[in-house]
Amino acid sequence: MSETKKFMYINRRPPCGTVYPLEGLEVVLIGAAFEQEVCMVFISDGVFQLKQGQDTIDSGMKNFSPTYRALGDYEVTRLYVERESLEERGLTEADLMPLTWEDEDDDWAEKPSIQIVSRTQLSDLLEEQDVVFNF
Amino acid sequence: MKLAVMVNEGPYTHQASDTAYNFIVAALDAGHEIFRVFFYHDGVNNGTRLTTPPQDDRHIVNRWSELSNTHDLDLVVCVAAAQRRGIVDPDEAKRNGKDSDNIAPGFRISGLGQLIEAGIQADRLLVFGD
Repeated sequence: MSETKKFMYINRRPPCGTVYPLEGLEVVLIGAAFEQEVCMVFISDGVFQLKQGQDTIDSGMKNFSPTYRALGDYEVTRLYVERESLEERGLTEADLMPLTWEDEDDDWAEKPSIQIVSRTQLSDLLEEQDVVFNF
Repeated sequence: MKLAVMVNEGPYTHQASDTAYNFIVAALDAGHEIFRVFFYHDGVNNGTRLTTPPQDDRHIVNRWSELSNTHDLDLVVCVAAAQRRGIVDPDEAKRNGKDSDNIAPGFRISGLGQLIEAGIQADRLLVFGD
């Protein structure tokens, strides 16, 4: 069982209101140590998790959004955001945090982690996975 | 087939824990192997022995403990999720200066690595939650 499996972490809830996004992110960070083929997906209200300029001070909740910036260092480099979910919420890619990763095979070139994909593309991606979590 | 199960909701509030339990009983009856049951989010509340439901209702926690005892099930409660929600074993109680523990028989507290390992080792990982 030393083969690598494809792990997908689907995020479908807004960053605040429940603890699922935070605890979901904790699974991704721990899981990164296992060197599997990992991607994250943001659909539905989950797209708000990547929104720039989150401020939770007035709510008294922990603002864990800066943690997404660390994902690249954990070699979690594929974050798929569903185009339809963004559009339905009046968001564009410019509203999202500019998350990047450094490609060691390309002279540590900084590359974007976020890929905007269609619902149909996501469906194909989902089909390929071995293990799917959703938070 | 070798199966792993993740339970993401607490007992009684959600049906997820009941459904996971019923699934596991059926899977074992059908000859499948349960590699591990991992309790995450409010699912960790399935593992407190202080649970006291009304007499005429099912005892979800005791039911897990009995199933673990009968089938040697590995019931793992996530330590980080458990700490947030006050589920502690004797070691965790001591380490965090608590006056008591409340982990139910058959459950053990461990890290998220156990969940990822279950995903890697099992043929299928089944998630029961909201």
